[in-house]
Amino acid sequence: MSKTTLTIALMDPPYESENLTTAFRILDVAARRGYAINVFAYEGAAGLAFVRQTPHPNPVHGKTVAEENHPTTKDQVAALLAAAEQHGGKVDWVNCGMCVDERGVTEFVPGTRRGGPADFHAFVEASDNVLVIPTK
Amino acid sequence: MAKKTLNIVESAYRAVMEEQDDTILWLLAAMQGAGAEHTVVLRGNAVNYAVAGQGVPGLTVGEWKQTQAPQMGRDVLDLIEKRKIPVYVVAEDLADRGIERSELVPGVQLLSRTALPGLFAEYTLVAHW
Repeated sequence: MSKTTLTIALMDPPYESENLTTAFRILDVAARRGYAINVFAYEGAAGLAFVRQTPHPNPVHGKTVAEENHPTTKDQVAALLAAAEQHGGKVDWVNCGMCVDERGVTEFVPGTRRGGPADFHAFVEASDNVLVIPTK
Repeated sequence: MAKKTLNIVESAYRAVMEEQDDTILWLLAAMQGAGAEHTVVLRGNAVNYAVAGQGVPGLTVGEWKQTQAPQMGRDVLDLIEKRKIPVYVVAEDLADRGIERSELVPGVQLLSRTALPGLFAEYTLVAHW
């Protein structure tokens, strides 16, 4: 049986909505099933894989950096890539090139790449299903 | 003396998983520590923040696990007890959602919509988040 191919398009930037948590929950399941996963990170989502994200302490909670263990989406992206590989799948994560340029977030998690609308079009054509999670 | 500010918080559960708290309640707590004088009114969907004992499983992606998922009831209680920030909840918004007074963290004060204008008059600034 051929491998299931799923494409997800994301638009929300990190730390602005719950959409990305939902997306990562879906992506985690897809990775555990060994799917071929395509992600088109568009507009604000182009910052998800930015490698210079840094965890911080939480003085309001009275927690140190280690205690707060603040999530970074770059770690989630890296974990997704590793999980897919572990389960026999793969992730083609495309960061919209113009989007990363205008935001200055041009350093990506290794294994993700720069791309554009043509990649999204190719993803759509090759996928069993496509899920678009737009910014509202 | 700091300007008294009434903060009406309506946007709820926006990025709380990634931030591990609500960005506005966090901001007000931090400002209070710097000498500000805040009061909070939870309205709309944000009334759910005051429900005690709520929690959520942390996000898991492959081997990566979130260990400090948000606890909004705890954060509201912290505003009241630790930061000394009065927290009101709009009673009608609670009723609309079927939430009973007994489900809320201690110290939360109920407020009718009709009483809001009177409350506004007591503050120098009113912020609607």
